[in-house]
Amino acid sequence: MTPEEQNFLRKIEAEEKIEPKDWMPADYRKNLIRQISQHAHSEVIGMQPEGNWITRAPSLRRKAVLLSKVQDEAGHGLYLYSAAETLGISRSEMIEQLQTGKAKYSSIFNYPTLTWADVAAIGWLVDGAAIVNQVSLQRTSYGPYARGMIRICKEESFHQRQGYEAMLALAKGSPEQKAMAQDALNRFYWPALMMFGPHDSASAHSQKSMEWKIKRETNDDLRQKFIDQTVQQIEVLGLDHPDANLKWNEERGHYDSSDLNWDEFWSVINGNGHCNRQRIEHHVAAHEEGEWVRDAMAAYNEKKRAKQAQNAA
Amino acid sequence: MSDAIKAATLEYATRLGDDSVVLGHRISEWVSYGPFLEEDIAYGNVALDYIGRARMFYTYAAELADDGRTEDDFAYMRSDREYRNLLLMEMPKGDFAYSQVRQLFADAYYTLVLPELLQSKDETLSAIAAKGIKETKYHLRRSRDWVLRLGDGTEESHKRTQKAVDALWGYTHEMFDMDETEQMLADAGIAVDVSKLRDAWHKMVSDVLIEATLTVPEDSWAVRGGRTGYHTENLGHMLTEMQITHRSYPGCQW
Repeated sequence: MTPEEQNFLRKIEAEEKIEPKDWMPADYRKNLIRQISQHAHSEVIGMQPEGNWITRAPSLRRKAVLLSKVQDEAGHGLYLYSAAETLGISRSEMIEQLQTGKAKYSSIFNYPTLTWADVAAIGWLVDGAAIVNQVSLQRTSYGPYARGMIRICKEESFHQRQGYEAMLALAKGSPEQKAMAQDALNRFYWPALMMFGPHDSASAHSQKSMEWKIKRETNDDLRQKFIDQTVQQIEVLGLDHPDANLKWNEERGHYDSSDLNWDEFWSVINGNGHCNRQRIEHHVAAHEEGEWVRDAMAAYNEKKRAKQAQNAA
Repeated sequence: MSDAIKAATLEYATRLGDDSVVLGHRISEWVSYGPFLEEDIAYGNVALDYIGRARMFYTYAAELADDGRTEDDFAYMRSDREYRNLLLMEMPKGDFAYSQVRQLFADAYYTLVLPELLQSKDETLSAIAAKGIKETKYHLRRSRDWVLRLGDGTEESHKRTQKAVDALWGYTHEMFDMDETEQMLADAGIAVDVSKLRDAWHKMVSDVLIEATLTVPEDSWAVRGGRTGYHTENLGHMLTEMQITHRSYPGCQW
């Protein structure tokens, strides 16, 4: 083991953060780029299913809250791209990887938002699941990522509260609104559980990530946390729990629950969900349509620079 | 407040609310469609300001109406024939140049209108203006910068931007029209006399266009009708989308 490697492992062991200029194993860097860019892409693609309802939000207040939330997500994306850039990859490279399918984003955003209640369910369940994961990542070993998570968690927890509050308004509203809420819960509950990834035994990146403390808790542990915390929230809403097999296990101190539909999980990850193609096409179309704008900006800046150089000469 | 003034103020607040909600909605259509991520954020920001402003105007209108209606009744339960927004605000989002030129026209307008509204004897209108002035400073800086970049960028961006300027110019004239309602309120020191602002607006906008190497159009045509509910075909489609959820579940709370 080289002295650099020893020092790296010592830091990991001592819970010291790894910073951009520190030496790190190539695989650590690669693993982090994969995880952080995937996280950034999720924020960016996540704008689409929620953005789908900005123009149809049912009240001005909800419209404003949703706009503000989607704007926060874009901000998180920006922040995470910057964190990934500290590892020596550019934003344009990451965007290319997203658009060519080389980089993934959270599968949850390949599910369609069909009713207003889906927006509420995303805020409550999807942001809720994201927080469980991100709270754990506040202790991740890479400094810029850990600091980013601390900031992002604050906003996500606001999102989760507003999502739940929007869900509550529906669940306590008219019979039609309540049915809409139940339908959204039934559709988004399972994909939200899938957000934690495959079982630990089937997770390709888990072991090394745990050793290097990029990940701090396993997929299954985090998923269990989320299952447990959601039970009471569903009760308060007065909705039916989507899992008929949910049962408190005194011995484990946790709820037992149905296994997930892993065929669906892999199918969506592999690009065959309801919206996989649509999400990427949307991103590519906006990016391509924006090309002349980016070109104009570059040309304008270039003209300005030339003028300044001329004036200085 | 006399009944006539009260009714006119209600109408005026509704008009200003309509302008804000329609423009805010149009801007919000850009979210996730911007040329890069920073622009998605900026669009979200500006849309949010306008939706916020619409809520303040409508809330005041509802207060004056005092008939149980809320801000949402004003936004969601009126048809395009009842809407009183300026036509410029309802034009579709078009391409990035089109939206930024519209924004420059609107931002220059509010840069002039809001300080006048701040002087209004109506305290609520004045307070809404105070908040809007701060936002508008940022809005104008952004739309001005973009029109400069696009006008003086590439051949393509120049062409698109000039096309947008020419296409939208004829919708700007009615922004400076006064009718009886607004004249009465202006005489009472409540509304802004927008007819006095055209020259300043023309200069402000022309300065930007010329610096952007664009041509300032001749005043050869004008389309009018927003304040009387005589809209373009665009507003009906916009409201159909905007109002669908609210109207599909009558009487619900959200």
